[in-house]
Amino acid sequence: MKRLSLVPFFLAAIACGGDKQNTGTPATASARSGAVDLTGAGATFPYPLYSKWFADYANAKGIKINYQSIGSGGGIRQISEGTVDFGASDSPMKDDELAKAKGPILHIPTVLGAVVVTYNVPELTKPLNLSGDVVADIFTGKIKKWNDRRIAALNPGVQLPASDILVVHRSDGSGTTYVFTDYLTAVSPSWKAGPGKGKEVTWPVGLGGKGNEGVSGQVKQTPGAIGYIELAYAKQNNLPFAAIKNASGKFVLPSVEAVTAAAAATADKLPENTDYRVSIVNAAGENAYPISSFTWILVYQQQPDSVKGRKLVDFLRWALTDGEKQATTLDYAPLPETMASRLQQRLGTIKIGAGA
Amino acid sequence: MEATTASVGSRRTTSAPDAPRLDLRALGDRAYQIAITSFAVAIPLLLVLIAVSIFAAAWPALTRSGLSFLTQSRWDVASGEFGAAPAIFGTVVSSAIALIIATPLALGVSIFLSEIAPGWLRQPVAFFVDLLAAVPSVVYGLWGIFVLIPILRDPVGPFLRDTLHLGGLPLFSGPNYGYSMLAAGVILAIMILPYIAAVTREVLRAVPRAQREAALALGATKWEMIRDAVIPYARSGIVGGIILGLGRALGETMAVTMVIGNRPEISASLFAPGYTMASLIANEFTEATNDLHLSALMAVGAVLFLVTLIVNAIARWLVWRVSRGPAP
Repeated sequence: MKRLSLVPFFLAAIACGGDKQNTGTPATASARSGAVDLTGAGATFPYPLYSKWFADYANAKGIKINYQSIGSGGGIRQISEGTVDFGASDSPMKDDELAKAKGPILHIPTVLGAVVVTYNVPELTKPLNLSGDVVADIFTGKIKKWNDRRIAALNPGVQLPASDILVVHRSDGSGTTYVFTDYLTAVSPSWKAGPGKGKEVTWPVGLGGKGNEGVSGQVKQTPGAIGYIELAYAKQNNLPFAAIKNASGKFVLPSVEAVTAAAAATADKLPENTDYRVSIVNAAGENAYPISSFTWILVYQQQPDSVKGRKLVDFLRWALTDGEKQATTLDYAPLPETMASRLQQRLGTIKIGAGA
Repeated sequence: MEATTASVGSRRTTSAPDAPRLDLRALGDRAYQIAITSFAVAIPLLLVLIAVSIFAAAWPALTRSGLSFLTQSRWDVASGEFGAAPAIFGTVVSSAIALIIATPLALGVSIFLSEIAPGWLRQPVAFFVDLLAAVPSVVYGLWGIFVLIPILRDPVGPFLRDTLHLGGLPLFSGPNYGYSMLAAGVILAIMILPYIAAVTREVLRAVPRAQREAALALGATKWEMIRDAVIPYARSGIVGGIILGLGRALGETMAVTMVIGNRPEISASLFAPGYTMASLIANEFTEATNDLHLSALMAVGAVLFLVTLIVNAIARWLVWRVSRGPAP
């Protein structure tokens, strides 16, 4: 099931990874092949990028990393039980989840993702403008028609059809849903009091589709439909998406730059001792796209195995420098540079060895 | 070459004395018996262990929700309320629709193949019917999204409502987006058809020739012969095949998830989206972090397990009944 949702990503990852391997020196990779040095498990959303990172890192440094994209929930469970060297998650661990782990866990943001609002309104010729409260009221079923005056007010001069709106949401638990509902909770008091935020929520209206491809498939097939999907998926499949009104009152189309801008606006305000479990939805900043989020790698601050611990820290240092440069080629937004360098200091706090 | 003959020769000589050879053989028989018995015991034991582990994992949610787990409609992870009624309803209704559509088709195809079709046509048609079972369910799901759902939305929906004037019935009310209980039922019908057809075909072929000849000798037409002599004889076997198909429909996950609309609501309309137990588990399991949520999903699995187990047991019993003697 998971395999299907990753098909487009797989192809992208294979295409990029393949090129690299052909031009690189296969000798270094094959010299160390066989033994796996590090294992990780978790989020599916960053998997295409992570798999490219692991392939490139194996080529460059001869370190093999085995990653299973089993979902954020599985990643959190496995790192908590200590069965993997690192976990990965699209939503930060909750306090009670952290308390159950075998020791203090660090959240290391790697890249950023964004959620876009996609729709099927054949009459439209340019991207729709939407605001947070209007999106929330569409997804709660309060706004029922495309030519509702509140949508019309955001799109002056645009001829909107009088057709019904069909809401399509994710049926599976997902970091995408978490980010989207986190945003709606931040901008709409009635959403906060109603469905709230979570990886799965109780949707007041609409159909559920499994995975990005399930939602986009239903939206594409149904005139009048509206749904939400990941930015990378929308871009790679050329799906239409709306410009969203941000905290500064500007309508911003989702793009890698606008997402990084949202992170930069928030990152500058983070205190020195932040644990990076921060939400960047509805970020300040004129060019910030408001439905954005970090995705995290989860590691223990105490690494009892000095060999593995050293390899893990080295990889994370590489990911935050060389790795970040590859993010945009796969439609992920890199971290703001100041934040990446601050994270290097945070990696220095990882204690390696049994005596740690 | 010499070495081989030598070793063969030496084996012959060592095995020549009788007493130790017999002991060895008895020992071999004993070991064989123990091995085979342990295999035979292992399979039922596996089933029991699976059941025990599922129920143990489901226990926290079942004790917390009690009977309301089966009767409540609200499935809210955030507040820890778990009511599986819409999923149970969806599983039962989508499977029922599938049976209503698939049974006549499967019976028709089997009767045609065993009684009417000329010899040269039997093999190819049977082959293609069986091939339906070989298509992966995700492919059926994709076909559903891109072919079946647009058809249900446009020609089928308006035809049922306006041409046949059935729009007033609750069964065909509400908006029709295509993603619906009906879509799930139709997909399931296609998926279980080969199972019902294959079992029915075998059962019909098992009907003794004398049964047919007797009917014909009494002056029955071909149709009367099939209706009065062949079908009654094979009845319980056919029912067993249908229930085997039902068992498969109850557990099917992927194709149903892709077309049913995944909405945990109970609606009288076939055009309304629904949910099934298998879809619910497949959708939520990967991202379930909190213990109660996991346990609730396990409880859904336990209910599904029980339902399919009962259905399969009934099928076994019916097939066994037909295979041991003539029908009443």
